[in-house]
Formats: sequence, C-alpha cells, structure tokens
Amino acid sequence: MTWRNILTVYLKELKDSLRDRRTLISVIVIPTFVMPALFFGVGKIAAGLFSKAREEIPTVMIVGGEDSPTVIAEFKQSPKIRVVALSAAWKQLISDKQVRAVVKFPPGFEAGLLAGAAEPVTIYHYEGELKSGFAVGEVEQLLRALRERTVATRLAERSLPATLVKPFDFKRENVAPPEKVGGNLLGGIVPYIIIILCFTGAMYPAMDLTAGEKERGTMETLLCSPVPRVDLVLGKFLMVLTGSLSAMLLSLLSMGLSAALAGVLFVGPVAAGRSPAPAGAIPTIDPMGLFGVLAMILPVAVFFSAIIFTVALFAKSYKEAQSYVGPMIFVVIMPAVVGMLPGIDLNARLALVPILNLSLVCKEMLSGVWHWNYIGLIFGSSCLYAAIALGIAVKMFNREDVIFRA
Amino acid sequence: MIDARHLTKTFKDKKRGTITAVHDVSFTCRAGEIYGLLGANGAGKTTTLRLLATLLQPTSGSATLAGHDVATDPVAVRANVGFLAASTALYGRLTAREMIRYFGELNGLTDASIRERTKRLADELDMHEFLDRRCEKFSTGMKQKTSIARTLIHDPAVMIFDEPTLGLDVMAARAIVRFVRDCRDRGKTVIYSTHVMSEVEKLCDRIGIIHDGRLLAEGSLEELRTRYGEHEMEEIFVKVVGAEGGK
Repeated sequence: MTWRNILTVYLKELKDSLRDRRTLISVIVIPTFVMPALFFGVGKIAAGLFSKAREEIPTVMIVGGEDSPTVIAEFKQSPKIRVVALSAAWKQLISDKQVRAVVKFPPGFEAGLLAGAAEPVTIYHYEGELKSGFAVGEVEQLLRALRERTVATRLAERSLPATLVKPFDFKRENVAPPEKVGGNLLGGIVPYIIIILCFTGAMYPAMDLTAGEKERGTMETLLCSPVPRVDLVLGKFLMVLTGSLSAMLLSLLSMGLSAALAGVLFVGPVAAGRSPAPAGAIPTIDPMGLFGVLAMILPVAVFFSAIIFTVALFAKSYKEAQSYVGPMIFVVIMPAVVGMLPGIDLNARLALVPILNLSLVCKEMLSGVWHWNYIGLIFGSSCLYAAIALGIAVKMFNREDVIFRA
Repeated sequence: MIDARHLTKTFKDKKRGTITAVHDVSFTCRAGEIYGLLGANGAGKTTTLRLLATLLQPTSGSATLAGHDVATDPVAVRANVGFLAASTALYGRLTAREMIRYFGELNGLTDASIRERTKRLADELDMHEFLDRRCEKFSTGMKQKTSIARTLIHDPAVMIFDEPTLGLDVMAARAIVRFVRDCRDRGKTVIYSTHVMSEVEKLCDRIGIIHDGRLLAEGSLEELRTRYGEHEMEEIFVKVVGAEGGK
C-alpha cells in the first residue's frame, strides 16, 4: 500500500466525478438546493394547512334538544361553530366530512339540569380527522362553560364560595432553555437528514466507480496497471467518502443558512409580539452539538461508503447496481426514523445498533446533553463497523468472481 | 520473454459445476517474436491472457513474464506488460492526454518523463489534433490510438493483445496489425490472440492452437503446414480441432 498510488487514483476519480452530471446532481445540487427547499416548503405548506383548518368555522348538527331551547340558542349564537339544520343521514355526513361533529342532547336536558342532574350529552365525531377534532374542541368548550355556569349559579344560590369546588389552581412553567426546546424538536430531524444524505451522497460515486467502470470496460484497463488492488480500492473508496461527506456538509450548510435567513425574514419581528411558542419554531441549536454530530457521523460515513461500494462492486452494470443499492435506503431510513420517535432514550444496548445509535446520540448532543460514556461507546462501535465494512470492500475487490463477474 | 508452464484455471459455476477454462497450457515466447494464440470463441484465449497479465490467478501451474512470476510478484509483471484488449476501454470523461498521464502515474513515471513520452507517442501515432479532447466523443480510430498510447506509456517489454481487432473496420484493423509488427521490430515479446485465421498467417512467428482450454498444436506456420499437410491455416485449424473432436 502506497499513499502515492492511492492519491493518484483518488485525484483521478475526483476529476472524473466532477465531470459526471449524475454524481454532481446527487452530491452537490440536491443537498444544496432541493433538501432545504423541500424542508421549508413542506413545513410552510403544513403550517398553512393547519392554520386554514383552524380558521374554518366547523359545521355542527344538533340532535334532540327541542325541549332545551336555551342551550340550543346558545349553541346557535356561538361564533365558534356553525349549527346547520339536522339531516337524517347525519352519521354518513360526518364520514363524508360535510359535517364536522354532531351533538346529541338527551330528552329533557334543561329540565334535568334544573332538577339536579341530566343525562349525558353525546358528541359524534370522526377520530383522527383534524377538523373534526377542532369541532369537538369547540363543542366541549361550550358544554364546559355551561357546566361551570351551572355550578356557579348553584353555589351562589346556597351562598357558598367558589373555592368549594376549585380549592386550588395550577399552571405550567418551562425551565428548559430555548436551545433545548429547539434541540429536541430539531434534534430528531437533523440526524435523520444527515443520515439520509450521507447515504445518497455515497450512492452515485460508489456505483459509478465500480459497476459503472465494469460496464464501460475501464475496470479491466485499470486492473492492468502495476498498482496493488488494495491501493485501487482505497483511492476509489476515498472518492465515495468524499461524495458522502460533501453531500452532508453542503446540506447542513445550506439548511443552516436558510434557517437563519428565514428566522430574520419571517419569524424574528413577528415572534416578539407572540406567546413563547416560537422559540421552538426556529430553534437555536447548540453549536458544540453540531460539531459533535459531525464527528460522530464520520465513521458512519465510512461505513456507508464501504457497504455501498461493496454492493455496487458486485453488480455488472450501473442499472443492476441501482436495483441493489436503491432498496438499501429503506434499511437505512428505518433506524433513523425510530431514532426520531419521542421517548426512545439511549441505553447501552441501543448504543451498539448502527445508525439508530447515531440518530439517538445526535438528538442528545444537539440539545446540549453529553453522555460521554455512550458517546465513546457509539464512536467506538461505529469505527469498528466501519473498519469491518472497509475490510470486506477490500476483500471483495480482490475476488476474481466479483471483479470479473459475467 | 514469456514462459508459461502447465497453466490451469478452473472456475466454479453454480449451474455447470467446475469449469476448466485453461487446462495445462505450456508455451514460451521469446523477445522479438509474435506468438499467436488461435482459437474459437470460448476456447480459453482470454483466460490464458488474463492469467499472463495477472488479472486472474492460476489455479495451478506458473508463468514468468520478463523474469517475474505471475503468482509471487504480480505487480512487477504488470509493470512490464502492456495489455490491450477489445474489452479494455478508455475513461470517457478524461481527455486522451489525461488518460495517458493517469496510466503513466499509475506506472510510477515522473512528471517529466510522462510529458516527454506523451509527446513522442502523440507524434508517432499522429494524435495531436485530439489529444485534449474527451475520449467519449472519439471515433473508433482515435480510441484505438489512445489505447495504444496508454499501453505503451511505460514502454513495457511484453505486449499482450487479446483480440484487438474485434469489431474494427478494415483500415482500423490494419493499423493495429501494423502496430503489433512495430512492437516486434522494437524487440518486444508479443502474444496475440485471435480467431481470425488470416491475421495469424500474416503476423505470427509461432502459432498455438487452443481448443477447450487445451493447447493442441504449436509451431511456426511452416511447421504446421508440413505436419498437417495443408496450406491454408483454416484447414490446419479444422484438422487439429476436428481430430480432437473425433477422439
């Protein structure tokens, strides 16, 4: 193994890849432009849809209640809901999303209230449907207000204090600094994006440098040169790693820049007049955490690069390589998604699961939590996996039946 | 000088079991001589040449090229070999100059000597016009010249040609044949595989007929003519292969 050879191969592959449109698109263009656009675009659309759903005044039907005119009148006057005339097929209408919720008052509801207690009121809704949920919220609000008024009246009639039924109150107070709130929100998504890009960045160079070369007939030319095969693999591998790391760094950079820009443009001035919630909307993350993430991702990038390299090397053509490597992305996404789920915390066993461990430790580091023993364990195990994967890649490159597979 | 002794190569195939692509092949080829390996498709020509170029490892037997053993010192063998085959292509996204430079660097040449040799080869092969254009846009003739320059950049003592005229038109094929003769006249050891009888007649000092992985007959064209009582190479070939088939 000589560094001169490895460098020669690496520099040639770098030059070659920089002239390959497919590699350029996947390593530079997509991470820089599409990912942030996708991210902010989808975020904006989702936020837009949510507020639109909020703004819509839900349609509600009322079943029964003919003998309770006061309550019905109150419902009809409420600006928060729109009561429409009852239709016989009201259950079907909820399913069809024509009506968001239906309230069913028992017979003699008001009379029952005056006498002491009434039969329960039923709210029909469509579980899981956002707008139906909003309608239920509004209806419950109205019913709760009615109940509280009734209680207040009864207490007043008996000259009893309000504290009889509400002896104390409670409230929430947030102690997490804003960057931790942000870290938890963003901490889940950032490692996910990094992991995916690390993988896709390695994909195209890996396929081009292995199966692509076989297909174009240059692999045999290259093997004729008096360079030990291990030097060829390492030179090529370094190029794949370069693709992986550049895709990741570029996307982080451009996402960071657009987040900062978006913060200044939209959220900054508006947030000042609002509730404390926007602290989580454009979160600040621990810059040290970002460096930690970059350090932790290195062995994983090596691991990905070596694995994709090996799989693609086995293929005879670029197309075949794509059909092997493409589905691998699901194997990568799954542990990354699991890491995003709330409530999954790092432990010694999970620290040994590749990809998932990275996802989890990144979430912690971005929110400023540093469990050094886990970080060490994860970094160590990642390095071990990376070394094994690279070893396999070198071994495969030396196998005649892989290199000359026909 | 090439010295092959009892070269054997077997492959494992899931469907067909163990296949012996090259079976106990021995021959020698001296400097300033063209050795022609004649055989039908699938006879074992390519595998034999790949064994010599150390692209494949022999299952048993040995071979030395320019004094280096293919099994123990493959890197030194490759440093002394120029390998040109129909299947050795160029990097499309590199220019001809970059392609030649890359292989010069892989052969450990210094920057100055790469520049000097590139110039000389471009003069000899008349390549200056397209030297700085990308290979993907080349005509067959340009590709061929670039490939030749690539194999010659390190001035190897042994040249291995594996069906180099495959798929070429008459003019391009003639250029290759002329180039192979040039190599011999410069004192290189040349081994040349083909299934085209006329090329063997025109070009080769010694001929080996290979069939089913076995070297069945060997000698100069004259020796083979006398031995088999035929004048045409094609008739000799049919006799040799047919005799084997009839056994």
